[in-house]
Amino acid sequence: MSSLKIDKDLCVGCGACVDTCPQGALYMKDDKAEVNEKCTLCGACIDVCPVKALSIPRDATAKTNLADYKGVWVITEHDGKKPISVTFELLGEAVKLAKKRNTYTAAVLLGNNVSEMAKEVASYGAEKVFLCQNPVLEHYRTEPYGEVIVSMVQKFKPEIILTGATTQGRDLAGYIATKLETGLTADCTGLEIDEATGNLLQTRPAFGGNIMATILCPNTRPQMSTVRPKVFAVPPRQNRQPEIVNFDYDFSNLPIRTEVLEYIPFEEKISLADAEIIVSGGRGIGKPENFEILKELSNTIGAALGASRAAVDAGWISYEHQVGQTGKTVRPMIYIACGISGSVQHLAGMKHSDIIIAINKDPEAPIFKVANYGIVGDALEIVPILTRELKKAIGE
Amino acid sequence: MRVVVCIKQVPDTSEVKINPETNTLMREGVASIVNPFDEFAIEEGIRIKEKHGGEVIVITMGPPQAEEALRTALAMGCDKAYLLSDRAFAGSDTLATAYTISAAIRKIEEIDGPVDIIICGKQAIDGDTGQVGPGIAVRLNMPPLTYVSKVREVNIESKEIVVERLMERGKEVVKCKLPALLTVVKDINSPRYPSLFEMKKAAKKPMTKLTLNDLTMDCSKTGLNGSPTWVNKIFSPELKSVSGEIYQGDAEECAKKLAAKLLELKKGATV
Repeated sequence: MSSLKIDKDLCVGCGACVDTCPQGALYMKDDKAEVNEKCTLCGACIDVCPVKALSIPRDATAKTNLADYKGVWVITEHDGKKPISVTFELLGEAVKLAKKRNTYTAAVLLGNNVSEMAKEVASYGAEKVFLCQNPVLEHYRTEPYGEVIVSMVQKFKPEIILTGATTQGRDLAGYIATKLETGLTADCTGLEIDEATGNLLQTRPAFGGNIMATILCPNTRPQMSTVRPKVFAVPPRQNRQPEIVNFDYDFSNLPIRTEVLEYIPFEEKISLADAEIIVSGGRGIGKPENFEILKELSNTIGAALGASRAAVDAGWISYEHQVGQTGKTVRPMIYIACGISGSVQHLAGMKHSDIIIAINKDPEAPIFKVANYGIVGDALEIVPILTRELKKAIGE
Repeated sequence: MRVVVCIKQVPDTSEVKINPETNTLMREGVASIVNPFDEFAIEEGIRIKEKHGGEVIVITMGPPQAEEALRTALAMGCDKAYLLSDRAFAGSDTLATAYTISAAIRKIEEIDGPVDIIICGKQAIDGDTGQVGPGIAVRLNMPPLTYVSKVREVNIESKEIVVERLMERGKEVVKCKLPALLTVVKDINSPRYPSLFEMKKAAKKPMTKLTLNDLTMDCSKTGLNGSPTWVNKIFSPELKSVSGEIYQGDAEECAKKLAAKLLELKKGATV
């Protein structure tokens, strides 16, 4: 059984680990750190120790022959006619990873009558397209899609699989990783190859988005990650013909237990993900009614309305407005953060905006570190004046 | 109808602060709570029971103090609880956690009888992965129905359930054979607050502890060594400081300056 090792000779008794432990499992005894049974081996203490006295010894034997696995795959998500943007974003990233690993980039394409899309994914970087078409695959369903991809993986052995961290991508990746008994890292915001080992370094916000963690999957393959839309940019389009690998799957033995009865699309409005300007509110907005102040500003300048997790969790505004690690990742031209302090998880969702404007009472708030323009002050006081001035100017 | 609700005790991550000097998490005084998304799972389990009869069983995996989370679920109206706790489970990632919980649910089926519906929250607020629910479904060979925003119908005779799933641009209505596993989003219901009376009653409801030895499972697939993902490094991101123009002082003046700036930027954006 594994446990946290504390090197008492190294420990200087600074207590940094005690302050960090989310479980309250660490304490000081005779000026040295001690651990009790509450420890869940989460690892939060390891990197805060200034003298590296803490460690969690692990079994480092590979569970499979890692060298057998080659290729970086992207699972295509589409609406039946064309792939959605995150597929292209991931292909751009997959090409970079494949280059570092000296291997190929491929797209996995499942559906009914979808072969036209093969060219489309090729033009964004897929050299190969693993294609499976069948009426059973007309609508996305977890089990048929998952089973086809699992057997593709068993046959062709890719070393990395990327899917969008969308409702569909997360659902599918969870299924595949469990069946293959391999590691899956959710909502990555950065992917790199470790030159020394060839492992994929998967960076994501952790502990509620308060801090970042780099996750490895060193002993099993494939290494799987989901990545939020808009984290990576869409690569330039190039005309290219892919090598198409048709994959036959025998569906006769697969129990079909789900049936999609209906799809009800939401009313179209300015989508947060596509908006050029976003006005966003956080804890500093104080109550639901105050979002009206932000709505007025956003209507004045044709912006979409966003919100931080704090505002959504407080129930002031609905989840569809949430920007950040567990909401939407956005890349607008202008992002106006009102009463948002800028937690790690929020910044992860909007730091790629071209121009960031912050209005916050606290001059020390992290949002000011990334802001191109800002006002230190109460958003509730500033925003109405701002709206009035803009109305005046636009009215002219 | 037998419903199992899987919950997690989490630190209230909205209360966590970063120490600006050491760039580390400050956890002191942060309360442990039932993962907020799991409260919707508990509520939905209880509503299904209230409508169709049967029982609701709540389970959690975690350190011994996770018992508090189970007591909360019992006070809300669950009938019995299982605490899955063993040093051998420590360090489990999502794959190992799902495997361990699925082994425990098999044990619960041996003790209490077959399970018709498993309900989980869509994700936990500390890890934010949403991977454990679907993982349990796969291990138990049940269809996973993720991001459920409404249970339209549960048909005991035909053993079917109809749910609405909340997607990015719409809702999908899915019919599915039971047994099935649901992960639920917060639009699904409003969780009830337990009364003092119910909290007292909860203290007397059955709570069973399960350890590694109680389960039929491959112990190499749980805990740290059963986890394919490793946390390699934890760090506070270096913010690339932009030396922006920050206005301070009179609100009226600052707002006017910013308005002028915005108009300039907006012009640049549309030209």
